[in-house]
Amino acid sequence: MNFETVIGLEVHVELKTASKMFSPAPAHFGAEPNTNTNVIDWGYPGVLPVVNKEAVSFGMRAAMALNCKIAQHTKFDRKNYFYPDNPKAYQISQFDQPIGYDGWIEIEVEGEKKKIRIERVHLEEDAGKNNHGTDGYSYVDLNRQGTPLIEIVSEADMRSPEEAYAYLEALKQIIQYTGVSDVKMEEGSMRCDANISLRPIGQVAFGTKAELKNLNSFNFVKRGLAHEEIRQEKVLLSGGIIQQETRRFDETTGETILMRVKEGSSDYRYFPEPDIPNLVIDDSWVERVRESIPEMPKERRLRYVSSLDLPEYDAMVLTLTPEMSDFFEATLAAGATPKQASNWLMGEVSAYLNSEQKDLHEIGLTPENLAGMIGLIEDGTISSKMAKKVFRELAENGGDARKVVEAKGLVQLSDPAQLLPIINEVLDNNPQSIEDFKNGKDRAVGFLVGQLMKATKGQANPGVVNKLLNQELSKR
Amino acid sequence: MSLLEKDLSELHNLLVSKEITSVDVTKATFDRIRETEEQVGSFITLDEEHAMELAKNIDAKGITTDNVLAGLPIGIKDNIVTNGLKTTAASRMLENFVPIYDATVMEKIYQADMIPVGKLNMDEFAMGGSTETSYFKKTKNPWNLEKVPGGSSGGSAAAVASGQVLMSLGSDTGGSIRQPASFTGIVGLKPTYGRVSRYGLIAFASSLDQIGPLTRTVRDNAYVLNAISGYDAKDGTSAGVSVPDFTAKLTGDIKGLKIGVPKEYLADGLQPEVKEAVLKAIETYKELGATVEEVSLPHSQYGVAVYYIIASSEASSNLSRFDGIRYGYRSENVTNLEDVYINSRSEGFGMEVKRRIMLGTFALSSGYYDAYFKKAGQVRTLIKQDFEKVFESYDLILGPAAPTTAYGIGEKLDNPLTMYLNDILTIPVNLAGNPGISIPCGFDQEGLPIGLQLIGKHFDEATIYQAADAFEQATTFHQERPNL
Amino acid sequence: MAINEEQVKHVAKLAKLSFKEEEISQFTEKLDQIIQMVETLEQVDTTGVPITTHVLDTVNAFREDQAEEGTDRDQLMKNVPTSQDGFIKVPAIMDNGEAGA
Repeated sequence: MNFETVIGLEVHVELKTASKMFSPAPAHFGAEPNTNTNVIDWGYPGVLPVVNKEAVSFGMRAAMALNCKIAQHTKFDRKNYFYPDNPKAYQISQFDQPIGYDGWIEIEVEGEKKKIRIERVHLEEDAGKNNHGTDGYSYVDLNRQGTPLIEIVSEADMRSPEEAYAYLEALKQIIQYTGVSDVKMEEGSMRCDANISLRPIGQVAFGTKAELKNLNSFNFVKRGLAHEEIRQEKVLLSGGIIQQETRRFDETTGETILMRVKEGSSDYRYFPEPDIPNLVIDDSWVERVRESIPEMPKERRLRYVSSLDLPEYDAMVLTLTPEMSDFFEATLAAGATPKQASNWLMGEVSAYLNSEQKDLHEIGLTPENLAGMIGLIEDGTISSKMAKKVFRELAENGGDARKVVEAKGLVQLSDPAQLLPIINEVLDNNPQSIEDFKNGKDRAVGFLVGQLMKATKGQANPGVVNKLLNQELSKR
Repeated sequence: MSLLEKDLSELHNLLVSKEITSVDVTKATFDRIRETEEQVGSFITLDEEHAMELAKNIDAKGITTDNVLAGLPIGIKDNIVTNGLKTTAASRMLENFVPIYDATVMEKIYQADMIPVGKLNMDEFAMGGSTETSYFKKTKNPWNLEKVPGGSSGGSAAAVASGQVLMSLGSDTGGSIRQPASFTGIVGLKPTYGRVSRYGLIAFASSLDQIGPLTRTVRDNAYVLNAISGYDAKDGTSAGVSVPDFTAKLTGDIKGLKIGVPKEYLADGLQPEVKEAVLKAIETYKELGATVEEVSLPHSQYGVAVYYIIASSEASSNLSRFDGIRYGYRSENVTNLEDVYINSRSEGFGMEVKRRIMLGTFALSSGYYDAYFKKAGQVRTLIKQDFEKVFESYDLILGPAAPTTAYGIGEKLDNPLTMYLNDILTIPVNLAGNPGISIPCGFDQEGLPIGLQLIGKHFDEATIYQAADAFEQATTFHQERPNL
Repeated sequence: MAINEEQVKHVAKLAKLSFKEEEISQFTEKLDQIIQMVETLEQVDTTGVPITTHVLDTVNAFREDQAEEGTDRDQLMKNVPTSQDGFIKVPAIMDNGEAGA
């Protein structure tokens, strides 16, 4: 029997607000344990939540970028469960009126495009963190408690681990472009649970699904799902049945391990949060948020090809991250030509970032100094080879391209009045080469150019040198 | 006459003219507490040292005519969070809990230079109508020490009725200010939902809870409400409406006021003396020039059922945070995390609290939500609409505050249902969010006070006070004192 | 409908409460009385009636996104029964499948 794989993903994304979802404590962690918290985060007796408006706007922005409809009337609900990282013993979330619903994004796998539907996007608060000690105790840090989250629930539209991977990449890229989150799985600002089931090809009804947790990278999602695909197929082919269960991906073995079998659905006793009045999202708010959404990668790619005459490949690479794309556009705005800017960003700059393991904003290069440097190449002030040195200096220490060029004495010698005496001196010192040249040995020219470069410490403009050298040789 | 026999304005005048000091009043307060506390048992915690210090500072600063409350002592119900002062909600769960922040009403009390003297007994987590579910002590009714003071703000009511303090704060979720005020012959107001910030009130039922004042006179009550009202950015459910001077309409003149009396509020089941007193009050209002007519609140009979579902559901969630992990009682009998939860909660909560948590958990649990929580929420809409309809044609609604006078200690403790039914006349007001007051309107044959309830439109406490004050001026019930 | 002891035990589990056997039967009886009272609501026709969860018409009660320094940790730790190195210390967490987000 042949099976079809059915995958749906639940993705949590942390929103980059200054304060928490329901309290004014700082919404960034990594600080000392329990220092970015207050009595509200701790669920102290008597405290009340008040909604962070920016978090709602961020949630709307993400939902819109995922082509969701925005709820006009929405509310928060309590999801009740006991856990040490959940201080109130309820999480404030959205149950039956998510802020965004009925969305979709497009993915591409092996050249084939496909729409993946998004069921809902809802707002909620993050939990704290339990650190499991080896001493029989857990250590609770509530810094993360209350950080605004959106949960993005896809429809079960994916049919392979590769599609799931492509969905996550596309989702990450879109959210990154909206600017509402860093979307970094390694830092936990993006987290993913996957539901996977198999069904005989041709069957309409879904099979029983397993839920995969502990998927800490896109690759683990792909590998976990691939392993689960095989495991479930084996079970089914041997006449067994799949239980509704939660499984954990083990990074070292690449296998999924049973965590627990679900006994029916959990009883979270959802009910409308009485401490938070309902939300009404009017058209003007929706419009304001819509206007705040930057141009998405797909639109940018089209524009780079059609109006900037860049190859499709360039357009794709430049739009991989909003940081790169924004940098590119700012470089153009600072006066660089599109193809030069693209070549530098895709080549030298990307190589440098890779080798240094850094992001664009972490180095000294700016759109302005990059454009300045490109200008100096184009007007002949520096050679491409010199430019590499200039770039390194700019990347490491920042500054203005022209000043770097001057400080390092990197200006190209292009003035015939300066070059001619040097050329003649080289010629005078190398009569044999002149002889060789006259006997038709072209290699002699190369040797002479080399001598010239040596004499000028590499600063001679090769084009000018070639022209002048030919001219002087013919005089001899 | 003792200092504490005076009302707020009289004391204020003496303070301004420097005939007395805040230290004098505060001392007199603690003297009176010492004299009566053994009999009455209103307080869980006294804060004498801090109170005396505050009084000294206020005397040093001087008291001016613009703040009638300055330098005067007030008692605080023990479910209102006080920074640095033990706050127990009358529960073993919070027996040693010392808050690290102040409720918004406490900030307002300090801003008004009032002097909190201690924390008042109550039913555990405000669940009960007799103050008998307190983990710490039973508070007695000052009029008859065999009787309950009502509840849940029984300590707040008994302290005022026994002359320990001139004013106190209580909280009212289903009648917890009005019913004890009625049982102890004082004035207790539940403000409109959203009038007073709930930030720092240990939540029982979030959509119903309101903090309000208990005093001996209507004018005193209005003064306290002036001080504690207003929008609070820390409470999303507090209302952004302006706060009038609640004493502005206390002229004694109520000519032309239209009062509706719901026929359901005078139906069977009332203690005859209660009914009689209310009928007499109606006559008084007519004499004062008000129009009084029969109206109907047809869904009020369902109020108790709706209330027990909604309040218990919200409570089951609100009280889940008491888990023995970050504060409060932690069982010593613990080997794993599950023990921390189950044993701390089972040992830390009393029976009535557990009963409500169980009922609320059940009403929200899978498969029952629609039949219970949702249904109750729908009937709540109908109850609210009943009030809206009456208030289209009337300024106030009048009725008894409680069907009976104070009952005996222990009498209803084992029968929650009859205890719950005692709130039948106050509950619908919380469900609809309206303001309501109880003022003294008579005594039964045993000499126990009877309370008259006046219910107003949303944010129209001023008219309630106007009518309550007019009645007070025309009667002498508020001048009676228990013999202690 | 009458509530039975099994249901009461299930609800107690959800609420993280435990009762002695005799308490369970008492509870079942009392809860059953209350629930019967509550079931009088069935008499009310609520077809098409919206649910009231907030009594005021207030909507959109928001806070601007301004961060304020957290509460002093030493203060927060004052009421914590067991803590260590700035963490709240609890007996090891057994994954019971109730974790949410």
